[in-house]
Amino acid sequence: MKYFTELFTRLDQTTKTLVKVDALKEYFHKATDKDKLWTIALLSHRRPKRTINRNYIKKWAAEFSELPYWLFEESYHIAGDLAETIALILPSPESRTDNSLTYWIEYIQALGGLEENEKKAQLKSAWLSLDATERFVFNKLITGGFRMGVSQKLMVRALAKYTGIDESSLAHRLMGNWTPETTTFQDLILSEDANEDNSRPYPFYLAYALEDETESLGDTSLWFAERKWDGIRGQIIVREGELYVWSRGEELVTDKYPEYEVLKEKLPNGTVLDGEILPYKNGQPLPFNLLQTRIGRKNLTKGVLQKSPVIFKAYDVLEWQGEDIRQWPLEKRRTQLESLVGDVGDPVLHLSDLVIFNEWRQLAAERDRSREFFSEGIMLKRKDSTYKDGRKKGDWWKWKVDPLTIDAVMIYAMRGSGRRANLYTDYTFAVWDGEQLVPFTKAYSGLTDKEIGQVDRFVKKNTIDRFGPVRSVTPELVFEIAFEGINKSSRHKSGVALRFPRIKRWRHDKPKEEANTLEELHQLLEVYG
Amino acid sequence: MLLQFTEIGIHCPQADIYIDPWRPVDRALITHGHADHSRRGHKYYLCTEAAMPVIKYRLGQDINVETVKFGEVKTINGVKFSFHPAGHIIGSAQIRVEYKGEVWVASGDYKVAADGLTETFEPVKCHTFITESTFGLPIYKWKSQKDEFEEINNWWRTNQENGKTTVLTGYALGKAQRIIQNLDHSIGTVYTHGAVENVNEVIRNQGVDLKSTVRVTQDIPKENFKGNIVVATPSAIGSPWMKKFMPYSVGVASGWMSLRGARRRRAVDRGFVLSDHADWDELNTAVKATEAERVFVTHGYTNIFSQWLNEQGIESATVETQYEGELTEIGESTVKEEEEESS
Ligand SMILES: [Zn+2]
Ligand SMILES: [Zn+2]
Repeated sequence: MKYFTELFTRLDQTTKTLVKVDALKEYFHKATDKDKLWTIALLSHRRPKRTINRNYIKKWAAEFSELPYWLFEESYHIAGDLAETIALILPSPESRTDNSLTYWIEYIQALGGLEENEKKAQLKSAWLSLDATERFVFNKLITGGFRMGVSQKLMVRALAKYTGIDESSLAHRLMGNWTPETTTFQDLILSEDANEDNSRPYPFYLAYALEDETESLGDTSLWFAERKWDGIRGQIIVREGELYVWSRGEELVTDKYPEYEVLKEKLPNGTVLDGEILPYKNGQPLPFNLLQTRIGRKNLTKGVLQKSPVIFKAYDVLEWQGEDIRQWPLEKRRTQLESLVGDVGDPVLHLSDLVIFNEWRQLAAERDRSREFFSEGIMLKRKDSTYKDGRKKGDWWKWKVDPLTIDAVMIYAMRGSGRRANLYTDYTFAVWDGEQLVPFTKAYSGLTDKEIGQVDRFVKKNTIDRFGPVRSVTPELVFEIAFEGINKSSRHKSGVALRFPRIKRWRHDKPKEEANTLEELHQLLEVYG
Repeated sequence: MLLQFTEIGIHCPQADIYIDPWRPVDRALITHGHADHSRRGHKYYLCTEAAMPVIKYRLGQDINVETVKFGEVKTINGVKFSFHPAGHIIGSAQIRVEYKGEVWVASGDYKVAADGLTETFEPVKCHTFITESTFGLPIYKWKSQKDEFEEINNWWRTNQENGKTTVLTGYALGKAQRIIQNLDHSIGTVYTHGAVENVNEVIRNQGVDLKSTVRVTQDIPKENFKGNIVVATPSAIGSPWMKKFMPYSVGVASGWMSLRGARRRRAVDRGFVLSDHADWDELNTAVKATEAERVFVTHGYTNIFSQWLNEQGIESATVETQYEGELTEIGESTVKEEEEESS
């Protein structure tokens, strides 16, 4: 695992894209094909399954370190990262070995079939033959939370440099339902036609947020506008009599949405649609969190399907009669899509309607109505645009509605994890209910490093009580919290759950008494929930 | 109790002196010159000979200060005080307090491993020990100084090969001199930030054989820095002062750098684990070596270290103080290091 650990260290030590790509390229030169393939898998969200329960890992790490469990837990809370805590806390290795990345991944996979005490012995012998950095990498593999600060895109760029194959071909080859066990570097990456996989989706074209005025986009007649639907972006593929559903995370999720099964018969072979997997009932989209509860389920019971049924809101057609039509101008694809959805005539397949406008200010007014439609805002697409891959500027823009906001008082603080392990960065906020402060949301991000430092010092000086890693602090600081949506929730004391809450700004100007009330929060729920 | 913990600092009622007080008092015994231990405004200071020059440099030449040698006993109203090496920075001491056969040791800040510059830590037997706990968690374990400097020197060499200047930061007092002394000077010239060089001068003047350095000044042409190293204070990171070293690679030397999160949070290229405080194992070794029956735990992970000691059968309690550990090096201190303003 020497080269892989070296790669990890180099990636960890830099924030510069160029350096990262170089480090990856160099690694691809040095590593074996099998290790390369595993690295590509890890960097494209194809992690091996977990084979040991986290609680056992913690228990045994404490035991091998000869430390009481509470001390291990405290250390973990402070370091904020389990893999790192274990790497640091264990005694130095007894002997060093140098096995490949593949060796260790197979080692970890083999643990799955073992008895508890065998797992324990295997884990110990692994830990005691790796140095601190290798141990950290190994622990990331067993705990499953591998983030190396490299996006899939960046990895593909490095792979393109290494192989001489262009990036979009590689992105296409990397899609689909492969694992390093079912293919080889040669077949997956280097061979053009081998392993042709009918299920393969196209890379999604993603839009940037519009920051300039709409006027800067020029003549309105050049643009299509649609609602931005609040579900999960997906692709429906019908090829050779089979149906595949992909989500934007490039996950094959066909089984999760049996509602789409009918489209297998109704869509002609060689069709790929881009759209939104949208929870929908009685002619209305449902709140996104209903879909979330559904995603989390292993078994889709009748009840779940009744509570949060989905439709597919089609945005675009990417393949028609087996032909890749992404280079057609959008206007032409749109005509094709409209006739196709009409021909299918099934209530599960909806067309994402155009929002008609002549002037930008009309569109602005439509955007202001977004919440009436349970949508997040407006999508703008140039009529002559081709369907590109990945996030590209210029032809497509998302123009989101302004977030909802509320002023709240910070009452609890928790240490950050990872890069903010020494600082209190995660806060819980409350609103007034009479004389009482009722917590209603957690939020982080949105503060500058300097502000985080100030809040951190405030927390340390104004601690009332400690509950494990959480400190309750003197209620004093007021923050404006922004969020995208609000829903009823029985799990929260406040009765509401927020969507994407984050700190918008620190209200130095507001004393705590002037923060908003629970009643005001419930009024927002009435209007937007 | 022989020593008491008050709002002002650690107090010895019998002798009416304070150890490292944080508010002005008549008589202060000072363990070492860091800003959180050695403050302005006391009417009388007592410290080691070796600690005195820096304390005077920082608090003013006109302060009323008396010195003792390491091990020398000074008796005040029947209480015997003596200073013993703490291994933290040059001149830093643990203060031993004895009265009618009862012995306490207030250790200030300390580290056990030798660093090639500081007087090496000396365990002192006592009944009651007051220990810091800056790095009082088992995740903090230092590599040997030799290994750490091998990494630092290699980093410097790589930067040199890439035509870059190396900038390494640490406390102006203590850390910086330790870095200077342990760098491989055959690689290139060691330049210093003004705040570091001021301390260097004070230390050389007291007879310490510190390796040679060159102060960064306006008139040095930019090209001269290329491939060489600059030892600077943490406040230099991100300041316009750094411009003249471009292109550069910047590192931080601090115990906190053993955590990946802390390394990444600072916008620096490299973090090196180098601390003037004891790590987990050293804290435990030090406590054991004192054979103390009772241990008071100050600044750091006080609750955790104290609970651990209690479970080890050593009676222990925590004490609130205003001492700080290595916070300046990660930009967390609330006490401003004086020399940083003067630079
Ligand atoms: Zn100190
Ligand atoms: Zn201290």
